[in-house]
Amino acid sequence: MTSITSNLPIVTLLPFIGAIVAAWASSFNRLASAGVAAAVTILALVLLAPVMAPVFAGETLIQSWSWIPAIGLEFAFRLDGLALLFAILILGIGLLVIIYARYYLSAKDCMGRFFAYLLMFMGSMLGIVLSENLLQLLVFWELTSLSSFLLISYWQHRKDAREGAVMALVITGGGGLSLLAGVLLLGNIVGSYNLSDVLAAGDLVRSHELYLPVLVLILIGVFTKSAQFPFHFWLPHAMAAPTPVSAYLHSATMVKAGIFLLARFFPVLSGTAEWSWLVGGAGLITLLLGAYMALFKHDIKGLLAYSTISHLGLITLLFGFGVQLAAVAAIFHIINHATFKASLFMVAGIIDHETGSRDMRKLNGLFKYMPHTAVLAIIASSAMAGVPLLNGFLSKEMFFEQTLMATSETALIWVVPVLVTLAAIFAVAYSLRFIHDVFFNGEPIDLPKTPHEPPRFMKIPVDLLVLLCLAVGIIPMIVVAPILEVAVASSLQAAPPKYSLAIWHGFNIPLMMSILALVLGVVVYMFRERLFAWHERRIADLDARIIYHFIFNSITKLANNITRSFDKGSLQNAIAWIIGTAFVAGMIGFMSVTSPVLGQRELLPIDGVSMLAAVVIIIASMMTVILNQQRLVAVVMVGVVGLIVSLIFVKFSAPDLALTQLSVEIVTIVLLLLALYFLPQTSPKEIGRLRISRDVFISVISGVGVMILSMAVMTRDFTPISDFFLTNAVPGGGGTNVVNVILVDFRGTDNLGEIVVLALAGLGIYALLQGLKLYAPVRDENGLKWTEDNHPQIMQTLTRLLFPLMLMVAVFIFIRGHNLPGGGFIAGLIAAVALIVQYLANGIAWTAERLKIEMHKVIGMGLLIATVTGLVAMGLGYPFLTTTYTYLTWPVVGKFEVASAIAFDLGVFLVVVGSTVMSLVQLGKLSDASHKQQQQQQELK
Amino acid sequence: MEWLLALVIGVLTSTGVYLTLRARTFPVVLGLTMLAYGVNVFLFSMGRLTIGHPAVIDPAVGTYSDPLPQAFVLTAIVIAFGMTAFLIVLALKARCELDNDHVDGLDLAKDELPLEKSHMTNEQKQQATLIQQESKE
Repeated sequence: MTSITSNLPIVTLLPFIGAIVAAWASSFNRLASAGVAAAVTILALVLLAPVMAPVFAGETLIQSWSWIPAIGLEFAFRLDGLALLFAILILGIGLLVIIYARYYLSAKDCMGRFFAYLLMFMGSMLGIVLSENLLQLLVFWELTSLSSFLLISYWQHRKDAREGAVMALVITGGGGLSLLAGVLLLGNIVGSYNLSDVLAAGDLVRSHELYLPVLVLILIGVFTKSAQFPFHFWLPHAMAAPTPVSAYLHSATMVKAGIFLLARFFPVLSGTAEWSWLVGGAGLITLLLGAYMALFKHDIKGLLAYSTISHLGLITLLFGFGVQLAAVAAIFHIINHATFKASLFMVAGIIDHETGSRDMRKLNGLFKYMPHTAVLAIIASSAMAGVPLLNGFLSKEMFFEQTLMATSETALIWVVPVLVTLAAIFAVAYSLRFIHDVFFNGEPIDLPKTPHEPPRFMKIPVDLLVLLCLAVGIIPMIVVAPILEVAVASSLQAAPPKYSLAIWHGFNIPLMMSILALVLGVVVYMFRERLFAWHERRIADLDARIIYHFIFNSITKLANNITRSFDKGSLQNAIAWIIGTAFVAGMIGFMSVTSPVLGQRELLPIDGVSMLAAVVIIIASMMTVILNQQRLVAVVMVGVVGLIVSLIFVKFSAPDLALTQLSVEIVTIVLLLLALYFLPQTSPKEIGRLRISRDVFISVISGVGVMILSMAVMTRDFTPISDFFLTNAVPGGGGTNVVNVILVDFRGTDNLGEIVVLALAGLGIYALLQGLKLYAPVRDENGLKWTEDNHPQIMQTLTRLLFPLMLMVAVFIFIRGHNLPGGGFIAGLIAAVALIVQYLANGIAWTAERLKIEMHKVIGMGLLIATVTGLVAMGLGYPFLTTTYTYLTWPVVGKFEVASAIAFDLGVFLVVVGSTVMSLVQLGKLSDASHKQQQQQQELK
Repeated sequence: MEWLLALVIGVLTSTGVYLTLRARTFPVVLGLTMLAYGVNVFLFSMGRLTIGHPAVIDPAVGTYSDPLPQAFVLTAIVIAFGMTAFLIVLALKARCELDNDHVDGLDLAKDELPLEKSHMTNEQKQQATLIQQESKE
């Protein structure tokens, strides 16, 4: 077994990779994605095969890697009998569903999307059952909620699909949060999040004072996922999903995830009165409710949905008994239910597909149109009813026996068995209805299509499942005993109790209960018309969904009201709240300091030039505000402010910042002017005195607050951490410009994040401007015509001459950046300005003809270079983005230094050039297009 | 000198805040630009003020300004530009979709006066009317 030490994570992650491939493959051939999905599933089964033998021998495989040890999170997988049983169900039924769905989906359904979602879901389910670490399990648990949301809402154009999906997400997602809380508490009690440790600490958990909260929180997660009362109502609404999804999610997988956790935590949480009451109670109510409701659903999928709820209740009830033999019956029924319910859902899909209806009041007498399908349905339905020689009979017998045993010593000695028999009667009745009402009972009533047998490959998955039902029912010792044995052993964490899978146990009370259920079930079915009428009158309007909607709407309304009471639907109010809150937070900071506001640091003397610059920047700022309605003037004033800001950086020894600020300033002003062209040139006059005085007040107090804060900081001495950078820049980073060395070396990962943001902004602008149609005004706001001389001759000539020079400056700034002020950011901005000037002076068409580089690719290339530089360092065994440098000697040039950081800086350079040029050129194109339109209009005239 | 810079930061902040609270998209974008200037200078000043000692290693000098805030502010300037560009394009998109440039999508808010061509000279007004007549014909 030494050769296979990491196949479990591969098996789990394979479907996720397959999802991407399936989505991609469908763009070539819609059937290819089905092929990919099937291949991935088979490959996962093959990868699982070599480790099956030790698991059958009773071993537990654990494969783990350290992830975030500080919070107890490991990347850890576990394969034992229970996990193997579920993995086989997930993959096996998954494979059948994939084959079936390939023929079920119609030509207008997107196959790539369907199989991608299905594989994502499969991977998430495998993750749940194969996780050793509980936190990791929770991640996959949430993933099943999300991917099932996508699957249920697959037919997005249908309202019921969208609503059903949202409901499923709200209920199961909410349950997931509760489970998270429960697992965190559990892990805290045990001191480890690893399942092996938790399973060994059952006594500790049960005697802990937090046992009840842990139990309740985990059970809410379980009940929501497995559609147990009172959270059962999402499941019938999830039937809006395509039928293959229902066959997969609601028979073998999603709803069994909760049941899986019951089986998993059985040795830890069970055996207390609280467990029995909560789990058993919910299970019993769900069993009865589901069985009753199933009979009255006219939709065949609705019938199957409630029947699923009922069977899940049965399994939960068995776990609720809290004894080992009942757990055996529960796990056995998990297998049986998965097989017969998956095949029944597939039959329902076939009927829907070939007749165009799912309404049992219209579907009658289909036996003669589709005899093969009918036989399959009859067998699977009988298994569901618990008819002898089928798998459902065996587990149901065990269930009856356990019911009698478990309640024999309590006050409920007869109540539970009677109720359980009642549920069984209904189960027989609805199973009979599925057979008789659909396949016999007269002729079909105005169906949209003439029924016929489905394509062969749609039946084959059903054939196989029904065969399995028969095989388990007749020869259980051969087919199911081995896997059941190991699954039970690993669920109980103990040797399995003695149980018998024999078909014949002699005449005993469980057999009597079975016979009674069968006979009375037929009787109930015969009187169904009267029951339906009574149900319509009394019960049909009672629906848990009403309560759900009430709660859901109330919460939404409350949230809306709270939000509204703050911002009143206006951005201005929202911003005022944000700034006000920031101010209050700042005030609390000032209040809590007892020392004097200003410190003792010696102040620098003021000189005349600085004074003058300060006066200019203050006047320009004020003018921006006062003249903000004259937008063009305001932009000019902003430009003045930006220039003085760059002078501030010059004055206070920050040449890199000054250069950056200067080049950004130019680009910003060009950008604002381009945009202003399409916006109104003036703002309407404001007359709301209250709002203006409020805003003046807020802005003045925030300005004063910031001023005092910066004074308080600047007048205090401190020990910076920068000494590290200053001493290590040359020996460690190989550059004398410390600012640049910090950017490309010490804090390179930060910087990588920054350029990603910049790239995203550029691409976002590109996306926003796609398809945007704005009409360029012919006149300014005074009604005066704009000039039509777009590209003045003198400017054209001059800029073409200057272009190589500007690029040379950019290259110069780039190369010297590591040692003297400059670097990728600044050089990128300068190069961008050089390019933009060409566009401005010569027009977009002229420039685009000569510059055949797409800026997307420049951005992509830049990110790639920057990332690869980091990865190369990792490949050589250093941390991400570690740099190195060396000295080279060239003739003429002499000895010079080469640092690997320059490659990273090149990435920065390219991203800056790409994003900046793309933003501005896209805006420019907009005006170009609108000009052409005008010209065309004029020519037409 | 510190007082002077603190005053500049304060003014930049309050003008930025005031413009950010305006009702039309363009002044809001200008306001955020001003606010970005203020924030950048503020962050820069956290390294204290040094005159004449850029952070370029020179064995002959020995004292340097604090390079760390400078490195942070450098990227902040570029990111602020990216944000301004994105916002202004968002403003264009809003103008295109809503046919107005109010931050809440209103044509004319309660506390606004409709546009007037008050700042034109008489000569300009005449010219404008002439052109309008031309285009009608």
